[in-house]
Amino acid sequence: MLDPAILFPSILNGLTTGAVYALIALGLTLIYGVLHIINFAHGAALMMALYGVYFLHQKLGIDPYLSLPIMVPAMFAAGYALYRGVIGRASHGKDENILLVTLGLSIILENAALYFWKSDTLTIDTPYTLATVNIFGAMIAVPKVVAFAGALVATAILLAVIGGTSLGRAIRACAKERQGARLVGINVDHVFAMSFGIGLACLGAAACFLLPAYYVNPQVGNGFVLIAFTIVVLGGMGSFVGALLGGFLIGVVESLGGLMLGESLGQIGIFVIFIAVLLFRPQGLFGAKA
Amino acid sequence: MRSLALIALFAVVAAILPLFITSGFTLNLITMVLYATLLGQAWNILGGFGGQFSFGHAVFFGTGAYAMAVLQMKLGMNAWVALPCAIVLGALVGTVLGALSFRYGLKGSYFALVTLAFAEVFRILSNTFEFTGAGVGLQLPLQESMAQLQFKSEPGYLYTVLVLATISLLIAWWLKHSRYGAWLTAVRDNEDSAAALGVNAFRVKLTAITISGALMASGGAFYVQKFHYIDPHLAYGSAISVEALLAAIIGGMGTIFGPLLGATVLHLLGELTRNYIANAPGVSLIIYGALLVLIIMFMPRGIAGLFDVKAKGGKR
Amino acid sequence: MLAAQNLSISFGGLKAVSNVTLTVPQGKITALIGPNGAGKSTLFGLVSGFLKPNQGTVAFEGQAITGMKPHAICRLGMTRTFQIVQPFAQQTVRENIAVGAHLHEPNRAAALAAAEEVAKRVGLADQLDKLAASLTIAGRKRLELARALATKPKLILLDEVLAGLNPQEVGEMIPVLRGIRDSGVTVFMIEHVMQAVMNLAEYVWVIAQGELIAEGLPREVTSNERVIEAYLGHGTAARLRGKEAVHG
Repeated sequence: MLDPAILFPSILNGLTTGAVYALIALGLTLIYGVLHIINFAHGAALMMALYGVYFLHQKLGIDPYLSLPIMVPAMFAAGYALYRGVIGRASHGKDENILLVTLGLSIILENAALYFWKSDTLTIDTPYTLATVNIFGAMIAVPKVVAFAGALVATAILLAVIGGTSLGRAIRACAKERQGARLVGINVDHVFAMSFGIGLACLGAAACFLLPAYYVNPQVGNGFVLIAFTIVVLGGMGSFVGALLGGFLIGVVESLGGLMLGESLGQIGIFVIFIAVLLFRPQGLFGAKA
Repeated sequence: MRSLALIALFAVVAAILPLFITSGFTLNLITMVLYATLLGQAWNILGGFGGQFSFGHAVFFGTGAYAMAVLQMKLGMNAWVALPCAIVLGALVGTVLGALSFRYGLKGSYFALVTLAFAEVFRILSNTFEFTGAGVGLQLPLQESMAQLQFKSEPGYLYTVLVLATISLLIAWWLKHSRYGAWLTAVRDNEDSAAALGVNAFRVKLTAITISGALMASGGAFYVQKFHYIDPHLAYGSAISVEALLAAIIGGMGTIFGPLLGATVLHLLGELTRNYIANAPGVSLIIYGALLVLIIMFMPRGIAGLFDVKAKGGKR
Repeated sequence: MLAAQNLSISFGGLKAVSNVTLTVPQGKITALIGPNGAGKSTLFGLVSGFLKPNQGTVAFEGQAITGMKPHAICRLGMTRTFQIVQPFAQQTVRENIAVGAHLHEPNRAAALAAAEEVAKRVGLADQLDKLAASLTIAGRKRLELARALATKPKLILLDEVLAGLNPQEVGEMIPVLRGIRDSGVTVFMIEHVMQAVMNLAEYVWVIAQGELIAEGLPREVTSNERVIEAYLGHGTAARLRGKEAVHG
């Protein structure tokens, strides 16, 4: 079982799966790092994005990767509107309220999807869905390799935006010191809404990369939510590089876990890590002390 | 003492309803409302009174349910003996989870997440092991006799859950009128101030999660007796966690009758939705989700908050 | 009664409290003064168990309490208040105070009654059934004091209990504080309001930049050069003396 011929592909697969997890976690990292809220609606939002990519493909024949320019802005707009319209107005100053509101949103979204599209699991067929590429002897699915590249690019873009643009500066200011930012004239609500929008935009990108190699049904978000949280906490709430590396780590853990413990029990490694990190090192591997 | 009288009134009314109502459907609805009250009150003890929001309360529910099923089916225990065992096991899980979480100072979102993670871990474990039936779950054999805590007719189940729900209401009443309850709400409202006044916050929270776990486990045990079936998804899935917190929050956190109000509203809304909007899966849940969002946005004290004179500055 | 020995604590390289040694005598009102950011509240945190010192020890009535948890220290008889008031906002004044009373009173009704008694002592009797969140700043300060008193402490640490009060309100509180001392409770207070310090304190310690720079009777301490410099800046004492010489 420790045969390199089996381990190596498993690790590579884990890395590519982890890249997709990282894409999902990147948005959550931004939202947590800036707004200091745990977005429980993240999984449901991903699910909606996946349906978006699905219908763009089925009804309009648009290739998932070509949907990027549509999905990313659309999800951004949705995120901005959601924050401005609902989430921003619900906090009343208590973190717990945001938890509950985003939970409520996830319930609404998940069940709306169930009502409109039933519980069927849907997949799409593209010329490259089943294509594989040979990496040092391991056969890895092409969509996953593309996802890997996508995750790296997305992380780089996010780092550039947050680090280099004036919006990024405003975001960092609001994240560090809300009142102070207000005092120097920054429209904090707008900046928060922008951050939430960017967070959901990441999900739009993740959905485009994910669907070719995966599937969609109303419950799909649930499976990703906890994993995304695990990565965010592991990487250090607020660190993009941390989320990326955390994603890879979790992907590999899941892959190796599945290899050694079987499909069902394999996932337990993730949650055990999650609990351990929450208890013993809540600032994660890269974050500052909360 | 007015609340105590109200609890007694509630218990008596619920007890005599089966004498007047013969519709199996209505009786079942009442049973489910009482069951939801029990779950909501369990969450309320830790979340409403204690201020520690758990998103994975199913971890206690599933423990009680599986304990009930496994003890009867694999160890041949009698249901009446298995019930207290299931409750104690739920309390134990509560204590362990609480000791870990509170020892390491988990609060707010972190605490909510860790409860969710534990529920997932238990779900995966119960999905793996043979003695819990793995993915197939466990089917409790039909033995409709009171000696086995199973009933041929609905009122039997109604009375069973009524007893549990009434106990949960009494516990909430006790929290409102005892030193422990004062300590618990103090920790909820400001842990540092409470500590400065001599309150051992760790022990107080630990007690709350133990009681909460016990109550929730009793709900799980009841579920198994009534529905004769349990599997990992039913036991540890998020549906149960959400049901518990919905009833408590919509009805009014930190109040005695909040969970009862919430449970009633949720079920009535569910029936109305089914009859007048659409009888499709998920529709009532959309309404519940929307209700949760609206309550948090506009009425964070829940329905019970509408009746609270104190908030308007009057005497209690 | 309370003996701090060589207490030090640093936060990420910044020495917030540096080698402080003082002994609070029993039965008196004593004060800790110093410019903003001097480390006064930090010192309170250290002796009441909210902060762990990097160095040094704390003893209360001869018993070592360094590193003990706040609730345990409270049970021994030392209660503190907070500079930024932290009431149980959604509970009534009576319920707030009752939490303190419950330290010695397991019965709910008795605790609520005791709360009423304490409220009368600090002048909150007419607001017992109001929500803590609806009180004015003066009211909240009194509530903070009342809650601490309800725990029947032997030593009470008051962290700027007069801050934010107008002169009339301060005047109303001074006899209350004196009354607390007269009832047998030792009072150790952090204060900026000099009127109160001069009026009430029987001994004063001065902290600046984490270090104890002077101690003694109020009158001695306020004319101490180092103290004046700490508050008003380097060279002020000399300038003041110079001015006196000119205007004689």
